Amino acid sequence: MEKVERKPQMTIADKFSQLRARNEKALVLFITAGDPPLEELPAILEALQEGGADLIEVGIPFSDPIADGPIIQASSQRALDRGVTPGAVLEMIAKAKLEVPLITMGYYNTFYRIGLDKSAEALGKAGVNATILSDLTPEESDDWTKASRAHNLDNIFLAAPTSTDQRLDEVCRRATGFVYAVSRTGVTGSASSVPPEVKTLVQRIKSRTHLPVCVGFGISQPDHVRMVCEVADGAVIGSWLVDFLEKGWENGEGKSELTTALQALKQATRGRN
Amino acid sequence: MLTRPDAKGRFGAYGGRFVPETLIPALEELEQEFDKAWADPDFHKEFDRLLNEFVGRPSPLTDADRLSEETGLQISIKREDLNHTGAHKINNALGQALLARRMGKKRIIAETGAGQHGVATATVCALFGLQCEVYMGEEDCARQELNVFRMRLLGAKVHPVSSGTKTLKDALNEAMRDWVTNVADTHYIIGTAAGPHPYPYMVREFHRVIGDEARAQYLERHGCLPDAGIACVGGGSNAIGFFYAFLADPTALYGVEAGGLGVASGKHAAPLTAGSPGVLHGSFSYLMQDENGQVLATHSVSAGLDYPGVGAEHSYLKDSGRVQYVSATDEEALSAFRWLSEKEGIIPAFESAHAFATLRTPNLFKPGTRVLVNLSGRGDKDMEMASRLLEL
Repeated sequence: MEKVERKPQMTIADKFSQLRARNEKALVLFITAGDPPLEELPAILEALQEGGADLIEVGIPFSDPIADGPIIQASSQRALDRGVTPGAVLEMIAKAKLEVPLITMGYYNTFYRIGLDKSAEALGKAGVNATILSDLTPEESDDWTKASRAHNLDNIFLAAPTSTDQRLDEVCRRATGFVYAVSRTGVTGSASSVPPEVKTLVQRIKSRTHLPVCVGFGISQPDHVRMVCEVADGAVIGSWLVDFLEKGWENGEGKSELTTALQALKQATRGRN
Repeated sequence: MLTRPDAKGRFGAYGGRFVPETLIPALEELEQEFDKAWADPDFHKEFDRLLNEFVGRPSPLTDADRLSEETGLQISIKREDLNHTGAHKINNALGQALLARRMGKKRIIAETGAGQHGVATATVCALFGLQCEVYMGEEDCARQELNVFRMRLLGAKVHPVSSGTKTLKDALNEAMRDWVTNVADTHYIIGTAAGPHPYPYMVREFHRVIGDEARAQYLERHGCLPDAGIACVGGGSNAIGFFYAFLADPTALYGVEAGGLGVASGKHAAPLTAGSPGVLHGSFSYLMQDENGQVLATHSVSAGLDYPGVGAEHSYLKDSGRVQYVSATDEEALSAFRWLSEKEGIIPAFESAHAFATLRTPNLFKPGTRVLVNLSGRGDKDMEMASRLLEL
């Protein structure tokens, strides 16, 4: 990966302090880098921030995304078909004018193959705040933790409804930034409702850590966001947005429609007092 | 030599668990349940009984006199092709289905490439009255149509997979996604010695019977051990089950990967020969990937070997030097397919034909070498493809 430099934006911890002071929760938005085409990435990131994103996750496309449902799979495939590489993604990320924290999301083999230290250095220089690796659990993360900490990257781990107490202890012990609670057993993708049991998972995590907890998988509507934000510190929206961008971004012409939708989602993170 | 992986599920550097958090508790449970079952004489009694009464084990050892005469070698063949359903795959499918039943899982999923593992899984599910769903790449469904029909006849639901390369790799991805979603009531019978721990270890244990039988049969008939053992390697389940019994012996071992159009062409499925270590399908092992870690499309005439990864234990055996990994091209395999049919009256699967092709590698074996080849499956499933590729 090429090393493209950019000043780091606000840290994840600072972002959550700011939100707490405003009595708001975090709207976390996921997009796939390279779908729409990579040249659009800076404009899309800026549009997300303008629409109310508090944190942004950028998916680095991988050929075998086992944790992703059909929408993100297809989106990753389109990006790969366009020749998108991790290096090119970081180059475009560095071009965006962002204040909100930026997280990359992907799979371990990408960084392993490029080199853990080399990847962490390039991510840090591009102004990335943290990484989520869908197939890297705490037990296998020693090498990546070492490399990423050296470049001031937070490590966000996933906690699942199936996680035992012992495993949640391990996730919370290793996580920095925030803990990502997976709302249901399954892959990424929109759903008509968010299972109420997610509240139990969030409480189980919160009893173990002071880190913020964000909930993702299957969240697509303001109602979902509102429900999740009753207990968690943020809601992650992915597949819905990926789908919207594919169909509606249209080289930026869809921006105002996007902004309207994002504002409604952001509104759902605000306290009602 | 390691007999079982370490606490993190590693054979040396290889193996481990690289899967979404949701699956980790299921893998932990599977590991515990397998260890308990494997230490339980009653489980072995039932497994052995079914291997005998249902599968037809022990499978015979055949001395290949006409191949021996032609090559100047002393060739014997372990006949996994004579198992019920036509390949070694049934050993593992039966073992895992017994385990699933013990764990109270009512729904079984599987991935399949050539369809042999799918057929084996559908068969044991019919035997035990379990619900069965099989993921199979669209391209493989087309080239192994007969096996798709067999699975359906056995009561399984076959899901053609249209994502990615539309072959085994993507069938595995799709099965993993199903498992993440339905983990509470579903057991995933992985058909090869790859995947997250404990699969590579468990699959090897269920296939150990191949090598254990072959070694004893060979000793009894010939009064000595073979000088060399050969097996084909896709994910590597037949090979690991066959090799394992010989690891402590002086027998030289050869794993034969799919060379496709030639390793130099890039169109092959030979990760141990021409790949590099990385993470695919939950495990750290050799795989075919580009410089950014994207898994490459593979090519092989044989659907069962058409896979960019390989079992973790094979990576360990490669690095340790205990097993030599070589490759045979499509053309060499097809020629061996015909050779074995004409000379011995045995039609091998395209996969297994790769192992036989190695017998004709110039100067690999000295004249008189005693070679034992594992014939992992029969060629019935390949008839349609063979009739298109060979002019007879």
